[in-house]
Amino acid sequence: MMNLLRLLAGRNASAPVARERLQILLAHERGLRGQPDLLGLLRTEILAVVSRHVVLDPDKVIVRMERGKNVSTLEVDIEVPNGVERSIAMAAQ
Amino acid sequence: MAKVLVVTSGKGGVGKTTSTAALGAALAQMGERVVVVDFDVGLRNLDLILGAERRVVFDLINVVQGVAKLSQALIRDKRLENLWLLPASQTRDKDALTDEGVQTIIADLRTKFDWILCDSPAGIERGATLAMRYADEAVIVTNPEVSSVRDSDRIIGMLDSKTVKAEKGERVEKHVLITRYDSGRAARGEMLSIEDILEILATPLLGIIPESQDVLRASNVGSPVTLNNAASAPARAYMDAARRLMGEAVSMTVPTERKGLMDRLLGRRAA
Repeated sequence: MMNLLRLLAGRNASAPVARERLQILLAHERGLRGQPDLLGLLRTEILAVVSRHVVLDPDKVIVRMERGKNVSTLEVDIEVPNGVERSIAMAAQ
Repeated sequence: MAKVLVVTSGKGGVGKTTSTAALGAALAQMGERVVVVDFDVGLRNLDLILGAERRVVFDLINVVQGVAKLSQALIRDKRLENLWLLPASQTRDKDALTDEGVQTIIADLRTKFDWILCDSPAGIERGATLAMRYADEAVIVTNPEVSSVRDSDRIIGMLDSKTVKAEKGERVEKHVLITRYDSGRAARGEMLSIEDILEILATPLLGIIPESQDVLRASNVGSPVTLNNAASAPARAYMDAARRLMGEAVSMTVPTERKGLMDRLLGRRAA
């Protein structure tokens, strides 16, 4: 009887999957809490640092987070105008 | 000392209004003076669940805007003389609810009642944040289902940061109320168990309300389930939860309907 029940339980036991998915998700979401605009903050600070050395168009700085299964990637795309040397020189002044 | 308790969840349809009505009635049945306040401006339903929908004249927004006095807007329950309802407005813009207005009303209600139960709207917008703003305690209504548990976690984070108590460095006392629980399905591994939910949310348990037809039956006739069928499994579960709110130590069981042999076998495996 118990074996039969166990067999039935095993076949439909989706609750452990639910539990694991929630634990992973909430660990991530709790980490972000209190700093809701992490990407905005990163963008502002990266822009400030790079602008110290190169003249940039703020609209050409794109910060993106891609969440993968095991790791997430942070993609920073900064468009630097041609004539980098000149930009560097201007920023230095 | 009056207590302000918000019934909240984040997710809609998990049983906030049903639980507000049932807990409010249960506390009133125990002799407490209770007011249930509907914060769901634009989509009020607490009046309907309590069977008072045809007696609403003035509402929360009328009081906030000074159109009506608080005493004019309060509706006394016809069955329980200790239970009162402050209905939400059905038509007005939800932005009509202001922080100052809510603060004034809550302060006023504190002088008149033992318990002020705030029925929060779903979501995390203005209505939900104002419903929890002045709370001393919170009941987080959660279904054993992933999206409900996730939203509950989010709401717990808000209770710990966006309430007046949290801003003063104090704590809102939080309780999880699990509704629509099916112990058979949980035992078979088809539904998140009580232990799973409590471990994930790391918040104490107020009660377990079993899935039951009695809940729909009670809302059909506009009567809190604790009044409509006091002997039913959900009614007993809500009464137990209300006793725990009063500080009584009540052992945590899932009240059950009549059970067959199979259910009992499976129920035992859950323990």
